[in-house]
Amino acid sequence: MNTNRRKFLKVAGLSAFALSSGLAGLGTASDACAQLAPGSYGHGDKTAHAKRWAMVIDTRQFKSAEDYKPLIRACHEAHNVPDIPDNKNIKWMWLDSFEHVFPDDMNEHMSQRIKNAVYPLLCNHCTNPPCVRVCPTQATYKMADGIVAMDYHRCIGCRFCMAGCPYGARSFNFYDPRLYLPKPTNPRFPTRMIGVVEKCTFCAERLAQGLMPACVEAAKGKILFGDLEDPESSVRKALAENYSIRRKPNLGTQPGVYYLI
Amino acid sequence: MYNKKAVMIGIVILVVLLSSPFWVGLFGTDYKETGVVKPNQEACVENAAFMRAQHMRLLNEWRDQALRNENRTYVAENGKKWEISLQNTCMKCHTNYDGFCQKCHLSNSVSPYCWTCHIIPTEGK
Repeated sequence: MNTNRRKFLKVAGLSAFALSSGLAGLGTASDACAQLAPGSYGHGDKTAHAKRWAMVIDTRQFKSAEDYKPLIRACHEAHNVPDIPDNKNIKWMWLDSFEHVFPDDMNEHMSQRIKNAVYPLLCNHCTNPPCVRVCPTQATYKMADGIVAMDYHRCIGCRFCMAGCPYGARSFNFYDPRLYLPKPTNPRFPTRMIGVVEKCTFCAERLAQGLMPACVEAAKGKILFGDLEDPESSVRKALAENYSIRRKPNLGTQPGVYYLI
Repeated sequence: MYNKKAVMIGIVILVVLLSSPFWVGLFGTDYKETGVVKPNQEACVENAAFMRAQHMRLLNEWRDQALRNENRTYVAENGKKWEISLQNTCMKCHTNYDGFCQKCHLSNSVSPYCWTCHIIPTEGK
């Protein structure tokens, strides 16, 4: 009887070791990661590359809100963003006053030009994006090139990201956006659906084709876009030569959108 | 047994009703074709058998590769390059939504909600 017990304990011990060491799970784990398609994936030939995309907006060259209108139109038309006439509107790029945009830089007796101007706002594509941290489904994530992107397929509409974003850069689709888009303005780009959050994407789909973002193109040189890690890039040169500010820097999110004031 | 006749008839009707799916399967119309209207192009991204069985899984993989890894080009097994995009690649050939997608999805009782966001091509309408 004793020898039988000894044998049993040996087998049981070995089985427990095999199971807990992960050998047993190895097959299924590699199956789950395996690629389905027989082909291979790669970057496009024309794709614009950067280590960290960033934007510099030269607000000195914009005289009024009217000057920003073509930029917003270009952005919203490129991405089928509806215009909803109430407080549930969708905004990828929008305007606001100095005291709302830069509350930390609000001083008494400041220059009337700076204080009374309007400023363009968009997703800041932060280095430490709070929206990514709070997303429970990883529907929003940071890509290797610094762009904070969204996968609308995975968004469950919990709106944690809207609470997390200190810049109000995210909009929730309270309505079916197609009700306010009788005809999609860009048939090459999808719309969104009711119940998902959306925001500016730094035009990742245009960068993949080697194009600059829609607002940068429409700004005709007043907005610069480039690689923040490359000392020779246009954005780095503009930041080296001018005084720039970012929104709410004390929060430590490290925005990727810079304003020349 | 009371009402022997009625009970027996009832049992026969019950058995026929319960086994009716088998009779329909044996003698009913043979289900082979969905009536899908194929596009004119010779070949899809991968071979037809793979596409028929795996297109949704392939689309999911394309989505993850394109959106998360910026891999927006797919090189098929035969070496042909494709831009990863449902609207701008798949729907370029599969322009007939009602004749292609919908025919098969309806006869297989699946209702994917791709088109709440992606735009159905309107060519030829």
